[in-house]
Amino acid sequence: MKKLNAIIFTLLMVFSIKAEVSKLNVVATLPDLGSIAKEIGGERIKLTVLANGNEDPHFVDPKPSFIRVLNQANVLIDNGAELEAGWLPPLVNNARNPKILGYSPNHIIGITGVKMLQVPIGKIDRSEGDVHPMGNPHYLLSPDNCLIVASNITESFSKIDRQGAQFYQKNLEKFTQRLNEKIIEWKKMLQPYKSTRVVTYHKSFDYFIDYFGFELFGTIEPKPGIEPSPSHINELIQKAKNSDVKLIIIEPNRPKKTPNQLGKTIGAKMVILPLMPGGGGSPDDFFGWYDYIVKTISESLKQ
Amino acid sequence: MKTKIILLLILSSLVSLKSEQATNDVELLKQQLLKLQQEFEQIQRQQLQQIQLLKERIDNLEKVQSVQIEKPKPPPDIDWKKEVTTPKTQPNEKWTPTSPIRLVGSGNNYLDLSLDALMTAGSSTADDVEELQMGGHDPKQRGFTLQQLELVLSGAVDPYFTGQANLVYNLDSSGESDIELEEVYADTMSLPYNLQVRAGQFYSDFGRLNATHPHQWNFVDSPLVNSRLLGEDGLRNPGARISWLMPVPFYSELFLSIQNSGGTAGSFLGEGHHHGDGDETHLPFGRPRTKTTLHTFGDLLFVPRYVVSFDLTKEQTVALGLSSAFGPNSSGSDARTEIYGADIFWKWKPQSHHGGFPFVSFQSEFMLRRYTADQFDWDLDSDGILDPDEMDFNDDKIPDYFPKEKITDYGFYSELNWGFRKGWIASLRGEYLTGDKNYYEQITGRDEHRLTRKRLSSALTWYLSEFSKLRLQYNYDYRELMGPDHSVWLQFEFMLGQHAAHKF
Repeated sequence: MKKLNAIIFTLLMVFSIKAEVSKLNVVATLPDLGSIAKEIGGERIKLTVLANGNEDPHFVDPKPSFIRVLNQANVLIDNGAELEAGWLPPLVNNARNPKILGYSPNHIIGITGVKMLQVPIGKIDRSEGDVHPMGNPHYLLSPDNCLIVASNITESFSKIDRQGAQFYQKNLEKFTQRLNEKIIEWKKMLQPYKSTRVVTYHKSFDYFIDYFGFELFGTIEPKPGIEPSPSHINELIQKAKNSDVKLIIIEPNRPKKTPNQLGKTIGAKMVILPLMPGGGGSPDDFFGWYDYIVKTISESLKQ
Repeated sequence: MKTKIILLLILSSLVSLKSEQATNDVELLKQQLLKLQQEFEQIQRQQLQQIQLLKERIDNLEKVQSVQIEKPKPPPDIDWKKEVTTPKTQPNEKWTPTSPIRLVGSGNNYLDLSLDALMTAGSSTADDVEELQMGGHDPKQRGFTLQQLELVLSGAVDPYFTGQANLVYNLDSSGESDIELEEVYADTMSLPYNLQVRAGQFYSDFGRLNATHPHQWNFVDSPLVNSRLLGEDGLRNPGARISWLMPVPFYSELFLSIQNSGGTAGSFLGEGHHHGDGDETHLPFGRPRTKTTLHTFGDLLFVPRYVVSFDLTKEQTVALGLSSAFGPNSSGSDARTEIYGADIFWKWKPQSHHGGFPFVSFQSEFMLRRYTADQFDWDLDSDGILDPDEMDFNDDKIPDYFPKEKITDYGFYSELNWGFRKGWIASLRGEYLTGDKNYYEQITGRDEHRLTRKRLSSALTWYLSEFSKLRLQYNYDYRELMGPDHSVWLQFEFMLGQHAAHKF
């Protein structure tokens, strides 16, 4: 009997390893993309996310271990709006994995079909700071864009793993329904604070601000990627003093001293919001992440 | 519809109840009526809720649309276009070798173009700054130096290759400008078995620093050991390289470069590389350069390298490498050089970082060169008498004779870098370089190209943005027979265009 148990156990192990092997190996560059992939792929995928939720997505170290991860990937999901331009290209070029390079189902370019904000017109000029020629790359903070990315992911997964097509489709339907319900809930929660003026550190939350009807009053960075100077902060204080700015939003990785002081001077509250799932102690699943952002904002504006 | 059914039900129940005895059934009937009424109201409530929910959704969607139309107010500082929907251009086919490759982050151009200017101003207590600063792009004079102007062109060639060219312009200390084709190569993109081949003119993969360009360094000048053993401008030559990413769970890669051994490869067949009035008549180890061209396959330069890397924790990464270079040297038909190197790189960067800061990194390279110099008799006509074209270093009026000998040099540099706040890096570097005393030096006197050197450097770098930086560096030099020297350099760099991202 014991022997039989052992045999069954080993067989189970072997099968479970096999199941592990047949999983779709998905690599997402950033946690936000990864969290959507998880909603769609569920148990059928093995997900690896390169950057951490607290990391500045512009400045992730291209660790050699990532080369190996990309070498093994069936699918690569990247932002596509040059957010990872400073670290991803040499990794991908070294990965010896041509299928994740082209326009193929195996390379999901997040930006595909997404509504972009702040696409510069005409000549791109670095005197304006780190301007992304394709527009503001933090587009997943608009729930509508998340739906578009989710459907792109579903399409790609279904093409590569045909047996799972129905599974992915069902997950997309579930995701869409839940997100639509959540959007109503979130809008309800944030409705009382509509048109609230906010200051952010970087132009990271513009999509969220736009979607939920806040007003971006200014940024602590004078220009994207440029460190704040005392003169810029003074200017911001002068402008903000009588303008009823309620909130200063920063990402978990930003220095807190300047935002804190600014908040005290102009009478605004500083809140730390996760730019990515898992950042700043937020849950690392998609809905947990969004819930956390909405809850944090509504709670800090309540008083 | 539902209400009708309910009413029918109520009626039918009333009718059926009528036929029965009435007295104590009134209570029962009332109860039933109440129950049905409750059910009816519940359904009504549910439906009202659903209607409400749908209305809200319509409202919300309309609001979103109206918001989109209402809001095209561009901020005053830049022309932003409000919204753009990126076209969906994913074809349905699976990847084949002929379908186009889109390099991540390469923008909308076929070609990425960047220009990098590196300039320095400074001074030194040394009389011979040119000898003190050994690297090809080091500042070699007091006052201003344009270290280099580097033009980089890169992009995907076709589905099979990516290409890159680095053209370097520099002004030497005599004011002459020269152009160098530093690198131009293509990499394969779709070879099987985790292989990649590079072909063209390129820096050999020897150690960590050799294959990098001056603007990537943490100091103004190149390490002494690199300049002396690999060459003033590093080890580079036309050739081909194959590399294999090993199928193991961690990063582990094997490189083999096969290149020409002449040109700028001074430890091999080459003459070395001199900017400006370098000492072109220099005789390596007292011997003339008798062999300058390669004849057989074995006369090529072979550079194998192995690199392995681990993530020690989520915040710490280490990379270890072993390299060597084998090739013929110019001292005779049967003379060869071997260079061995070991390198380590460690970096700590917290998971929560602001623009890549703070961080601490440590890098060190050790190198050893074994130069087998062939025998040479300066008595060119074998008459035992000193003729005008023959050499007599020790002034004994007899042409000198050098037996075959092994000449060993070795050294290392170690650097510690601390990015203490966004854009600011403090660096410290220690270096040591020496060589064993050899027989030929008894005749020629101490070889000034092989004297022991020590150097301690500290630097403070400020990256105003990713595209410009200022660096202040102090060097303490100690040279055998020459004593200490102090130098201060201020470096400025600016970069235009889209520069390819660098490796770890």
